[in-house]
Amino acid sequence: MSDATSPHDAASREPSLSRRAFFKGAGVVAAGGLVGEAVQAAARSASLEPVRLEGTVELELDINGARQKVAVEPRTTLLNTLRNHCTPPLTGAKLVCDRGSCGACTVHLDGKPVYSCMTLAVDAVGRKVTTIEGLAPAGELTELQSAFCAHDGSMCGFCTPGFVMSISACLERNPAASLDEIQRSCSGNLCRCGTYPQVFEAALAAGRKLRAKGGK
Amino acid sequence: MKSFEFIAPRTLDQVVELLPGPRDQKVRDRVKLLAGGQDLLGELKEYLVAPDQVVNLKTVPGLSIFAEQDGRYELGALVTLAELEQSASLRRTHAMVAEAAGAVGSVQIRNQGTVGGNLCQRPRCWYYRHEQAVCIKKGGSECFAYGGLNKYNAILGGGPSYIVHPSDLAPALVAAGATATLKGKKGERTVELERFFTLPSEGAVTRENVLAPDEVLVRVEVPAMAGWTSTYVKFRERSSYDFALAAVALALRMDGGKIAEARLVLGGVAPIPWRCEKAEKALVGRRIDADTCSLAGKLALEGAEPLAHNAYKVPLAQGLVTKALRKLAGT
Repeated sequence: MSDATSPHDAASREPSLSRRAFFKGAGVVAAGGLVGEAVQAAARSASLEPVRLEGTVELELDINGARQKVAVEPRTTLLNTLRNHCTPPLTGAKLVCDRGSCGACTVHLDGKPVYSCMTLAVDAVGRKVTTIEGLAPAGELTELQSAFCAHDGSMCGFCTPGFVMSISACLERNPAASLDEIQRSCSGNLCRCGTYPQVFEAALAAGRKLRAKGGK
Repeated sequence: MKSFEFIAPRTLDQVVELLPGPRDQKVRDRVKLLAGGQDLLGELKEYLVAPDQVVNLKTVPGLSIFAEQDGRYELGALVTLAELEQSASLRRTHAMVAEAAGAVGSVQIRNQGTVGGNLCQRPRCWYYRHEQAVCIKKGGSECFAYGGLNKYNAILGGGPSYIVHPSDLAPALVAAGATATLKGKKGERTVELERFFTLPSEGAVTRENVLAPDEVLVRVEVPAMAGWTSTYVKFRERSSYDFALAAVALALRMDGGKIAEARLVLGGVAPIPWRCEKAEKALVGRRIDADTCSLAGKLALEGAEPLAHNAYKVPLAQGLVTKALRKLAGT
């Protein structure tokens, strides 16, 4: 296995030939992908005991490039943590269905879109969380966000952050994404206003701008 | 969801130690395994399970292996559906598996959902998923779908429960002749994936597979299919993303314009991936034409017993068999 170390870190991972190399890599995950300070302490002590977390625990999350300490329970979802346990609260990801059906809570975990309502906060430790608030520097918009404004990509706007997160990941991988690819990239997001045509126009326009700028 | 203790084990042996004993059926749901979480979190939120402990498999090394040798694959339980979908190598050698992985849920679900989780996910029947409906799947005495609203339920292999197995990956992997390796307190065992899934009439009605309370699915092995072509065709009510109303995994080995060998497995119509051996045998020696398609569809759905609201699944699945055959014939 090349140097891919977890199911989450490679954009496109091809199967490997060597088992031994894999296990070497996997060791890195076990040390680096665990939860909370208790876990890091356990890793330092080279203890191989399972780590147990119960009740309210303090976690350190990597959100939008900054370290954020939160006190949550193991059952707390990442979405709940972002909206209710961060300082300041990150309310861009929306709570709608809370069942992984609507996409309004979409964030990036290690650069890939996921439903934050279907992710436990403890499971996000050691991984990079990006929310709509962290896509562009404060006060600025990405090409895609600007295109949503220019092409009326929002009506009520509630689903918009989720759509932007899904399509951002798609354009990041391929600024020349076709309409079909864009549609597929956000097929896990619902818009009850039905603004889909404008969303797709905005996405295609942002792709053109990104290509003209030669990348992101 | 109910509060639980979250445990991050460091080895697979620790995972198995944390599980109940092999005969502890009654307490098996006190410990739940977390992989991608895309099914488990829904179950927890609906209180369909309320475990005391959730054991995270992602801290266990070795479960994400995705290895290929001479066209054979080893897929660790934690390999994501997105990885399968995006693997050019798998798409070349086992198109139906890559296509099935890509047909699961949405991008967000495929980025987290895993091979093991997809194969072990619980049914989507709305009676099962309703917190207050104590149906036969949850230890009750009755399958409410049987006499109730059963548009999405089984037409084959039903009784006493009429769920359909929700996995897309399962029919494709069964058609590929895959095996599953399970690890329990007494060591590992390997079963044909086809035998991993159980009908409600043959296994425990509250479960869908042979996993004992002390066992965890650790990997799937997929044999080489040199000389075969394959495809996965899925029909859903909502085209953006949805579970299958019916699906077909089809693999063919052609010889001089005629079918030399065939594998045909239906999804979305039965409590298990539904292997159609009679249709497979009848396909051998035939060219892919209208008669062949209609014969295969007829034999594949032989014995179907639709409930009040799902007779549409018979012609739907037959149409998908035709579509899959036509696709592989390039016509």
